[in-house]
Amino acid sequence: MALSKEQIAQRIAKEVKDGYYVNLGIGIPTLVANFVRDDIDVEFQSENGILGMGPFPFEGEEDPDLINAGKQTITALPGASFFDSAMSFGMIRGQHVDLTILGAMEVSQNGDIANWKIPGKMVKGMGGAMDLVASAENIIVAMMHTNRAGESKLLKQCSLPLTGVACVKKIVSNLAVIEIRDGKFHLLERAPGVSVEEIQKATEGEMVVDGEIPEMKF
Amino acid sequence: MINKTVANVREACEGIEDGMTFMLGGFGLCGIPENIINELVRRNIQNVTCISNNAGVDDFGLGLLLKKHQIKKMISSYVGENAEFERQMLSGEMEVELVPQGTLAQRCEAARTGIPAFYTPAGYGTEVAEGKETREFGGKMHIMEKAFEADFSFVKAWKGDEAGNLIFKGTARNFNPAMCGAGKITVAEVEELVPAGELDPNQVHIPGIFVQRIFQGEKYEKRIEQLTVRKK
Repeated sequence: MALSKEQIAQRIAKEVKDGYYVNLGIGIPTLVANFVRDDIDVEFQSENGILGMGPFPFEGEEDPDLINAGKQTITALPGASFFDSAMSFGMIRGQHVDLTILGAMEVSQNGDIANWKIPGKMVKGMGGAMDLVASAENIIVAMMHTNRAGESKLLKQCSLPLTGVACVKKIVSNLAVIEIRDGKFHLLERAPGVSVEEIQKATEGEMVVDGEIPEMKF
Repeated sequence: MINKTVANVREACEGIEDGMTFMLGGFGLCGIPENIINELVRRNIQNVTCISNNAGVDDFGLGLLLKKHQIKKMISSYVGENAEFERQMLSGEMEVELVPQGTLAQRCEAARTGIPAFYTPAGYGTEVAEGKETREFGGKMHIMEKAFEADFSFVKAWKGDEAGNLIFKGTARNFNPAMCGAGKITVAEVEELVPAGELDPNQVHIPGIFVQRIFQGEKYEKRIEQLTVRKK
């Protein structure tokens, strides 16, 4: 069975380690916060200017001056701090953020990512994605392996305008955990009940399958 | 103490003209200079270039200027919340420059701190890099980005004093500090304006030297764009 969006987030949460500062993108990445073990200390950064982002506020306690990068109302946890946008991206460019998790429309086998524009159709802007992918050392992409038409989103070369080049190191899709190394996809884990052949079929780019591929554990 | 106070939003916007370039603070609808935007709409100022991370929503924030076709060019990082924006952009009625968010912030910060240009890795190898100088530092490629030039910076703070010192609240800080002093004239609107001496100098985020005019906004709607809550 292919993973649900929640399960993708749950699998990615296992990559979040004690002491990490983590930036979560909009969509599936936002869900990761719900699955991080509560026996480790992690701080979430939102690029609009908060470290130590907490859950949504209780009804009636929302504050219009306290939102995340998705413009949703949030809370600040004990130990949180606020800062301006220039400092926020200083943190990001300066590689002080340990892990960046974001969505993608396409990823290529050399780690290029496209997630901000479909020419003539969708032009919403890149927001902070270009800054994040250009500077982060540790990027995990959360994505569906194929589009609605069943076409692969893990490609030899991206067809959409790029967000960044050769920057993605790991992908967690609804079918697999994949590492990008030496210009190739490397299959690390399969979604429970999904075969290597199914993953191979859904992957247009070159994918290395080395030995027995284990099923994901949550 | 050099007093920066002006009586109201009309006085604060003295000198704005058609065709000027404005910087406007805010992220989404959070921390936007609401009173100044309303004044720009009232004055029906035309052909302006706006540097702002977002473009408001259809009926609030910069969306109000868009609806009246007052904006010639937008310089933003993300404009996804505004249907009228997308329509004007795709039809070519309005010019749009999309800039990575960190680069946008740094181009403001550079303008206010006297740095004419800087190198960033953001956007290298993408269409953002087209026509820009590139250079390698430490084995990594960067593109050169230039400081913005603007006639006015319009910012919003939580509290301010007569000397123009500003304190921001929560994530309403966002682009506001980097824009203070980045335009030729910086106008700050605040929710609460206090006499000099009432703000603790230790707590000031932006010193008054970066602010030319300050006033207390008449009212604040502070609209929430995405209300997300959990049950008690």
